[in-house]
Amino acid sequence: MAPATKFLVYTLLLCWTLVVVFPLYWVLITSFKTAQAVNNGPFFIPWVDFTPSLHAWKDLLVTDAADTFSSFFNSIVIGVLSTMLCIAIGSMAAYALARITYRPKFGNILLFVMALAACAWAVWKLGVDWKLSAAAAIAVWLLLVLTLGRFFKRSVSNGDILFWMISQRILPPIVTVIPIYMMFQNLQLLDTHLALILTYAVINLPIVIWLMYDFIDSIPIELEESAQLDGASRFRTFWEIVLPLAKPGLAATTLLVLILAWNEYILAVFLTTSKAQTMPILVSAMNAGERGILWWSMCVVIVVMIIPVVVMAIVLQRFIAKGVLLGAVKG
Amino acid sequence: MRLRAGGYQVRFVGLKNFHKQFFGSEQFHFLGTFKGMSMLGWVVAALVGIALLWWLYRYCRSRFWWLGFVGRLISALLAFGIVLLFCATLLSGHQFGTLGVTLFYVFAGCTLQFLIGLGLALLCAQPIAGKTFFRVIFFIPLMITPIGVGYAFRMLADTTKGPFTNAWQWFGLGDFAWSTDPWAARMFVVIGDSWQWIPFVFIILLAALENIPKDHHEAAQMDGAGGWQIFKEITWPQLLPVAATVMLIRLIEAFKVVDLPNIMTAGGPGIATESMSLHSYFAWRSLDLGQSAAVAYLLLFVTVVVCVSFFNYVVLGRLRAQRVAT
Repeated sequence: MAPATKFLVYTLLLCWTLVVVFPLYWVLITSFKTAQAVNNGPFFIPWVDFTPSLHAWKDLLVTDAADTFSSFFNSIVIGVLSTMLCIAIGSMAAYALARITYRPKFGNILLFVMALAACAWAVWKLGVDWKLSAAAAIAVWLLLVLTLGRFFKRSVSNGDILFWMISQRILPPIVTVIPIYMMFQNLQLLDTHLALILTYAVINLPIVIWLMYDFIDSIPIELEESAQLDGASRFRTFWEIVLPLAKPGLAATTLLVLILAWNEYILAVFLTTSKAQTMPILVSAMNAGERGILWWSMCVVIVVMIIPVVVMAIVLQRFIAKGVLLGAVKG
Repeated sequence: MRLRAGGYQVRFVGLKNFHKQFFGSEQFHFLGTFKGMSMLGWVVAALVGIALLWWLYRYCRSRFWWLGFVGRLISALLAFGIVLLFCATLLSGHQFGTLGVTLFYVFAGCTLQFLIGLGLALLCAQPIAGKTFFRVIFFIPLMITPIGVGYAFRMLADTTKGPFTNAWQWFGLGDFAWSTDPWAARMFVVIGDSWQWIPFVFIILLAALENIPKDHHEAAQMDGAGGWQIFKEITWPQLLPVAATVMLIRLIEAFKVVDLPNIMTAGGPGIATESMSLHSYFAWRSLDLGQSAAVAYLLLFVTVVVCVSFFNYVVLGRLRAQRVAT
C-alpha cells in the first residue's frame, strides 16, 4: 500500500477508535467519582481535576457483595448454558437447511395447521381430554396426508423454511412476554435459571440458524462430497469437516448470541424477581429510589458487566481472524 | 380483534383498540397530527402513487402469479400509506406519531450502521498492522447492555455536566438541550443506537470479507483492475448474501428498539422520540394491555411487510440476477 493510503486508513481507524473508546472511558471514570464530582460539571482526568474515590466499588463489592455476585453468577450460568444449547441446535439446523433439500407440500402444512386448530377447538370448547384430542388430530392428519397428499402440487422450499425461522424473531418481546410469563407460571418455573435459559435459547435460535446457514453455504461442497465418497456418515461429515471449516462463523455467532443473552433486559424483568436476577436488572435498579440516578454505582455495574465479555471477545477473536477456510481450500 | 384485560378478566372489545389507533383518541399518538395537507405533500404523494402503480403494472405485464400480485399489492399499499403519512405530517409541518418515529429510526439507523460498518470492515480487511487491536476495540460497544448504552449517552449528552459542556459553550450552545428539540432528540437516539450496533454489522461483514478467497483479488489486480472495480465486481457480489442477512437482522431488531429511547429521552419531548415498541410498553405499564397488544400487532404487521418486501424484492431479486449472469 502507498504511504498516503496507509496514513488515511490509520487516521480513519484511529478516529473511530476514539469514538468507541470515549464513552467507555467516561463510564469508567464516572465509576470512581463521588456525587459532587458528577454533579459539579465535567471532570475528565482522575487526580488532575477530581480525586477518584472507591466508594461506589466498595458499596457494590463489599457492602452488597451477596447481591452483586449472585446476579453476576446468574448472568454467567444463564448466558453460557443458553448459548451452548442455542449453538448446538442452531448449527445442526443450519447445516441441514444448507445441504438437504426439503420439499414439504404446501397443502400438507395447511392440513397440519387445520388439524392443530381442530384439536385446540375440541379441547377448549368441547372439553375433550387433550391427549385423546391430540392423538386423534395426528391420526386424522396422517390419514389425510396419505390419501390427499399426492394431489397437492406446490411445495415449500428451504428458503421458505429459513424465512419462516427468522420471522420468529420479528415479534416484539413486549407482545410475547405476557404469554411466556403465564406459561412459566403454570410450570412453576418463574424466577429460575431454567426459564431464562430456555427462553433465551429459543429467541436467539433464529439468529444462529441464519448466520450459520450463510457460513455453511459458502463452504465448498466438494470437500463434503469427497468425505462422503470415503464413507463418512452425514453426522461425521458435519462434525469433522463442516464445523472446523465454519469456525470463523461459529466463533462470531457464539459471541453474538452470548452477548445478546448477557445483555437481555425486558424478558429478565418479567421472568425473574430475586433468585435468578441478572446483571442488566442490577443496572436499572440503580435508577430507583428518591435520590435520583446513582450514576457512580451504575457505572460500576456496567464496567463489571463489560469485563467478562471483553475477555471472551479477545479469546474468540483469534478464531475469527484465522481464516481457517482459506487454508483448507488452497490445500 | 383484541382481548383487553382488566385485572385478570378478559373482555372482548372487537376492533375498538385498533380503531382507536387510526381514527379515535390515539390517532395523534400513533399516526400524528393532521391539519390539511400542503401542496408539496400532495405532489409527492401523487408522484409516489403513480410510481407504485407503474411498478405493479410492470409486474402484471411480465409474469403474473396471483400470490405474487397480492404480495406486491400489500407492499405497495403499505408504502403508499407510509408516504401519505409522511406527506400529511412532515411535509405539511405537523408532528408525526410513533409509527413515523419508528420508521425514521429504522431507515436512518440501518443506513448509517451499514455504511459505517461496511467502511470499517473494508478498512480492517486491509493488510495493516494492529488489526487485532482494532477488531477487539471496535467490537466493544456491542457488548454493553443497551440500558448501559442508554445511560452512558444520557451522561454524554448532558450539556451542563457532560464531557462536551465546554465544547457546547464554545459553540454558543450552552443552554441547548438535546432532549428538548424533537429532531435533535431523534438524532441522538439514532446515534446511540448506531454506536451500539455498528460493531455487529462490522464483525459479520469482516468475517465474510475474510472468507473471500484472496486469489480472486490477485487475479483481478493482475488484470489491472482498480480498487473500486475490484470492490464492485468481486468483493460486493460475494459479500451480498451475508450483507443482506445482516441488514435483515438489523431491520428486525431496529423495529423493536425500546431500551434506548426509554432511557435517553423517555419518549420525550412529548412523543417525539417514542417508538412503537415504547408506545406499546407505556400502554402496558399503564395496564392498558389491550392497547399495548394492538400497537404491538400493528408493529408486527409493518415489520413483516417491510422485512418480507426487503427479502423478496432486494435479496432474492439480486441473487436471481446474479445467478442469471453467471
